[in-house]
Amino acid sequence: MLDADFFRRWMTATAASVDREAERLTALDSAIGDADHGSNLQRGFTAVTAVLEKEAPQTPGAVLTLAGRQLISTVGGASGPLYGTLLRRTGKALGDAAEVGTERLAEALRAGVDGVMTLGGAAPGDKTMIDALVPAVDALATGFAAARAAAEEGAQATTPLQARKGRASYLGERSIGHQDPGATSSALLIAALADTAEADGE
Amino acid sequence: MSEDRAVGIVLVSHSAEVAASVAALAKGLSGGAAAVPVAPAGGTGDGGLGTSAELIAAAAASVDRGAGVAVLTDLGSAVLTVKALLAEGDELPDGTRLVDAPFVEGAVAAVVTAAAGGDLDAVEAAAAEAYAYRKV
Repeated sequence: MLDADFFRRWMTATAASVDREAERLTALDSAIGDADHGSNLQRGFTAVTAVLEKEAPQTPGAVLTLAGRQLISTVGGASGPLYGTLLRRTGKALGDAAEVGTERLAEALRAGVDGVMTLGGAAPGDKTMIDALVPAVDALATGFAAARAAAEEGAQATTPLQARKGRASYLGERSIGHQDPGATSSALLIAALADTAEADGE
Repeated sequence: MSEDRAVGIVLVSHSAEVAASVAALAKGLSGGAAAVPVAPAGGTGDGGLGTSAELIAAAAASVDRGAGVAVLTDLGSAVLTVKALLAEGDELPDGTRLVDAPFVEGAVAAVVTAAAGGDLDAVEAAAAEAYAYRKV
């Protein structure tokens, strides 16, 4: 079972991963976006780590809703409301349970991903974070490692796609041949989840 | 319309200068609109290009006179941030609405309509109608 501390470590692991990969995310975003994805997410997850330490929420749902709220207020770019909505919706779907199992987490993450699709209007194949998140949630029933692999494959599979959402969509066919930065950072989020679970022996 | 019940208008742009200039333009082009509460929410909190949820929430609170607040936005993250704040439920005043309209033309139409005593529905309709104005 996964408790509030697990979710806090997931967020901290994501922040560390975003720190490590910020330059790569920004490089991907300079090809088809406005070259700030790495620094925006870095600012957001640094703030998430700080607020979780300060407020120490007591349930998995509370950890994720607080983290999501923080992303919406600090990121400054579209990834803020998108990741913020993902985490908040997931957190709300978890309710106030003190511990949750993998199956419940998968259901809640699906609600979160649905919230992102509603907010941004993106569907699978539009070359967005959805292309990593949907396969990851589908695979989570099989286990955390499967989710990590599915997210990474989904992110890589965005390379030949033409962007249909966000700033990259203005580039039309010129967006083809570049891996989507949002799908890439989503794969980091899922990888951090799997790493945290494996460190726990889940 | 009494002055203290006008619809409030918030203009959200990635740029502080754009938001402030469009607010000044809209008020300037709608003579007598001095009573309409219009607030720009442009750029990030530290003066960069982007969207700040805090600036948006503060701007909406500052123009709320109890008759609703119409929020107009420019691109991408401005739209998404306002939608996310509305979904939060308690971040923006009651009766706050994201208005689907072109930013500059919609802002002028919204301020003129609010100055004429229009309610939130009328302000929204006038701003949205600006999409129908073809230039060529």
